[in-house]
Amino acid sequence: MKFVNEYRDPELGKKLLDRIHKRSRKPARLMEFCGGHTVAIFKHGLRQLLPENIEMLSGPGCPVCVTASADLDRAIALGSLPDVIITSFGDMVRVPGSRSSLQKAKAEGADVRIVYSAQDALTIARDNQDKSIIFIGIGFETTAPTIAASILQAEQEKLNNYYVLSLHKVCPPIMKAILDMGEVNLGGIICPGHVSVIIGSHPYQFIADEYKIACAVSGFEPLDILLAVDRLVEQIESGQPKVEIAYRRGVKPEGNQPAIRLMETVFEIGEANWRGIGVVPASGLQIKAKYERFDALKNFNIDPGPTLEPKGCICGSILRGVSTPRDCRLFGGTCTPENPVGPCMVSSEGSCATYYHYGDSHGR
Amino acid sequence: MCLAIPALIKSIDGQQAEVDIEGITRDASLQLTPEAKVGDYVLLHTGYAISVIDPAEAEETLKLLQELSEAS
Ligand code: SF4
Repeated sequence: MKFVNEYRDPELGKKLLDRIHKRSRKPARLMEFCGGHTVAIFKHGLRQLLPENIEMLSGPGCPVCVTASADLDRAIALGSLPDVIITSFGDMVRVPGSRSSLQKAKAEGADVRIVYSAQDALTIARDNQDKSIIFIGIGFETTAPTIAASILQAEQEKLNNYYVLSLHKVCPPIMKAILDMGEVNLGGIICPGHVSVIIGSHPYQFIADEYKIACAVSGFEPLDILLAVDRLVEQIESGQPKVEIAYRRGVKPEGNQPAIRLMETVFEIGEANWRGIGVVPASGLQIKAKYERFDALKNFNIDPGPTLEPKGCICGSILRGVSTPRDCRLFGGTCTPENPVGPCMVSSEGSCATYYHYGDSHGR
Repeated sequence: MCLAIPALIKSIDGQQAEVDIEGITRDASLQLTPEAKVGDYVLLHTGYAISVIDPAEAEETLKLLQELSEAS
């Protein structure tokens, strides 16, 4: 595949690894923010190939994983209303909420449909004018503009049965929150590639300037990731943290302006509830009053009941980079991808699922 | 969840495009990339093109990778 295979050349990868081994001296903890990076790093066995002094940590960049139980309960409660069709991305339906999951609700009669795109949800809305179609809007800045586009399209088509439960979250504020908690001592951050396609690289500047932490935006092929690690090592060894883009074929410093404008047309910044971290101000996207008629929270009355967290699950501290799945007593025993206890085992990009599928021979 | 893969634009009709991914044809919305043209590669995320891949930058990065690996 063009723009993929070129970045998988094993010979070049070996040489880059040599370079990293030669140049990296200081002990450094690097966080890959994005769950997609965690998967790529494990799939290509990169952790084991990096020098001993570099420690890789997974961050909170998995939209399914960071969705709070309380929000999931809202989605399930919406699904129990009459004449409602819930549309959702696949992984989300299997995540256990306080008492049920969307999948269980479906087995009990709720109309829950998995979609690949917000476009599919619009199609379902067009085909079922007598029903209310509610899209469970999870995702970061990569996905939020697509949902904004779907709302504007619904408006244009005068589709009055399309609603969105906006659980969208934005990345830079949560990076700041994690750094401010002071639980993890980071030398560098591999910034999320496809979030950065939209927001660009400028929003990370505060991390280099105020926290003196190295930043590199990375793509998802092995050479992309090694290039990002090389850039981080260079910054760390020279003591000059900055923000570099190691994924220039997709990411511009200023991001995708039309997408940002779409997002800003429909959404405004508000607080968001992050699993394991709690409510973080200015870290989420809410539907603006002007588009209120598409907002599921404003148009349906629900009582999601009290929130219960899955017993024994430490997803929260894994998402903060404080623990790894190996620290969880339930990992691989009570909790497996077939029978997940928490969201980090459900999502294909969750740390627990990644550790389970690809192992971690270094135990780190 | 933030997965996006390269897709080649085959035809455009208004804001919708037909794209090719390894021989498979799919629909893609160009609402986020109004500048995209037939023959461009875009990063496709949940049915939406989120960016036009810059071939010159892709080439530059490959050059940089070569240079770095030689100057190890
Ligand atoms: S292994 Fe399961 S129970 Fe443990 S933290 Fe991961 S998802 Fe939660």
